[in-house]
Amino acid sequence: MIWNAFAIAVREIGRNPTRAFLTVLGIFIGVAAIITMVTLGQGATIAVKAQISSLGSNLLTLRPGAGFGSRSASAGVPNFTEKDADCLGEQIASIAAIAPVRTASLSTIYLHNARSSTVTGTTPIYFQISKWNLADGRFFNEADLRSGSAVCVIGNTVRKELFDTGNPIGEKIRIGRASCEVIGLLATKGQAGMGDQDDTIIVPLSALQRRMIGKTSSHDISQISISAHDGTDSIALIAEITTLMRQRRNLQSNQDNNFNIFDTRQIAETLGSTTQLMTMLLAAVAGVSLLVGGIGIMNIMLVSVTERTREIGIRLAIGATAREVLLQFLVEAVTLSCVGGLVGILLAIALCASLARIISVPFNFNLQINLIAFLFSAAVGVIFGYTPARGAARLNPIDALRHE
Amino acid sequence: MNAISQFPLLEVRRLTKTYGIGDAAFQALKGINLTIQRGEFVAIMGPSGSGKSTLMNVLGCLDTPTSGSYIYEGIEVETLTSEERSLLRRYALGFIFQGFNLLARTSAQENVELPLLYRGISRKVRHEKAFAALTSVGLPTKFASTPGELSGGQQQRVAIARAIVTEPSTLFADEPTGNLDSVTTREVMEILTRLNVDRGITVLMVTHDDEVAASARRKIVIKDGIIESDTKPSV
Ligand SMILES: Nc1ncnc2c1ncn2[C@@H]1O[C@H](COP(=O)(O)OP(=O)(O)OP(=O)(O)O)[C@@H](O)[C@H]1O
Ligand SMILES: [Mg+2]
Repeated sequence: MIWNAFAIAVREIGRNPTRAFLTVLGIFIGVAAIITMVTLGQGATIAVKAQISSLGSNLLTLRPGAGFGSRSASAGVPNFTEKDADCLGEQIASIAAIAPVRTASLSTIYLHNARSSTVTGTTPIYFQISKWNLADGRFFNEADLRSGSAVCVIGNTVRKELFDTGNPIGEKIRIGRASCEVIGLLATKGQAGMGDQDDTIIVPLSALQRRMIGKTSSHDISQISISAHDGTDSIALIAEITTLMRQRRNLQSNQDNNFNIFDTRQIAETLGSTTQLMTMLLAAVAGVSLLVGGIGIMNIMLVSVTERTREIGIRLAIGATAREVLLQFLVEAVTLSCVGGLVGILLAIALCASLARIISVPFNFNLQINLIAFLFSAAVGVIFGYTPARGAARLNPIDALRHE
Repeated sequence: MNAISQFPLLEVRRLTKTYGIGDAAFQALKGINLTIQRGEFVAIMGPSGSGKSTLMNVLGCLDTPTSGSYIYEGIEVETLTSEERSLLRRYALGFIFQGFNLLARTSAQENVELPLLYRGISRKVRHEKAFAALTSVGLPTKFASTPGELSGGQQQRVAIARAIVTEPSTLFADEPTGNLDSVTTREVMEILTRLNVDRGITVLMVTHDDEVAASARRKIVIKDGIIESDTKPSV
């Protein structure tokens, strides 16, 4: 009986290819949309998380100015001194490492290649705080810092632009006024939402001050990078730093902070939940497209319900039982839904793989969402394909035949 | 006469059928009493709208009466479930509709094979029987044509082939020759007569044509939902 119903169902599908095609199309679009959106959304979440953990997980950054969004307030606000960094490191126990940072945009030249690069002058501990690894060569050390040696460590983007495919280690490049030996190449961190992290040159702070720009004032530190011991309560740490810095910068109790502290963990959490929200939003959009697909299927079914009701009447009249007719309709609906679902999954995989490459997020096949999308759309197809038949099969054959 | 033949094929008592409810209600059958024996060939006549098709639909188990009793081969039809009525139609009854009721976009051959499919008959036998049935109604070359590609008379002949292909024990024919020319009408009447005489199939046929009705041995005239006259064969 099942086999019979299957044979009849397949024949019935072939008899009306347009109807079959439109049904499959409705399901297929819904499935492809929901899988693509959720998979890409999850890829983006993973990419953002990876980027943030490459910044350092319990990294605090101290900057002058009142903080985000009040850039004007940072005009005229004094920078930090090296002493500020030393003092914080000595007096606050939960600080694991601290590095003063001075940045400058300087022209860099190697043979005929020239570009403007952001040069970071800092202390050796900075590499550890910012989680930099070496691809080649070495970091500069305390001795280099003390003597102010003209050495530098470069990021991969700088290497590509100045040296093309050549080996930079041991080569001399001109940075600002000084000629500087490349001693290390940084392992690449990749493109972040916040710009190319590999477009960087790191030099000893003393070399930047003395050789490349010349020390202008003792307040020349534009940023202090701090890493905390594992398990530190970052809220308490921020409070401690704030108290100390207010004191060092002679702020009265009625004055606002003229510095701000940027906590990567907080940012990580915010960004993480934002991308999660994005993923959910995309899933909702995809869900709507699935619903629209379902309504499309329902339309097709409603348009053909007169013809199909007559068909049911004819089958009943010549001796089919209601159960056999319903089985046939069920098989039809399941077959079309499954074909639509499978084609949708294949298209989604192809789409995700190519789109993921274009927007450079990782592509992971997510079995769960594929299953959910498939089952949901199959349910939509079966419900809309099967329900009209149920009503018709309950009628007296003559009433089904008279249906208008 | 022996005991078996005295036991009627079908028997209806005080059968009524009302369409609609309330003010819109219309009583199409107003108390029909009718007994039909095995092997009879009955012509049912009467003016348009008198309830002939309604009676045929109820007798053919396609519709349920409003009141009254209907016994087919000793079975009280009202007590059957819809599934049991389906099986009764499948194995015992054949029906030729006034409006053909062929499956659209489906070839003549597949239409004729359909009742055999539900009987679980193999593909090969289905083909043979469908071929024989279509040939006997004079359509041996229209196998692959769908109803849309056939004339009214040809569609009617496909419908006849579909009803006779199962060799039912009772054949209900609602104006089977309504769309046919006189030559084809004679051919179809010959087929029905042969089924009746050679195979012992009971035939109930609605017709407006006195000449066609002459093939039948018994003539029932219906008017306004009641049997007006019932001319039994002169024994
Ligand atoms: N589904 C229905 N709903 C309401 N009234 C109906 C319905 N079917 C038939 N009737 C009415 O019942 C009466 C009998 O109809 P029926 O089809 O049995 O007539 P008939 O004798 O077969 O006529 P014809 O010779 O034209 O085929 C008609 O007056 C018709 O209007
Ligand atoms: Mg009629």
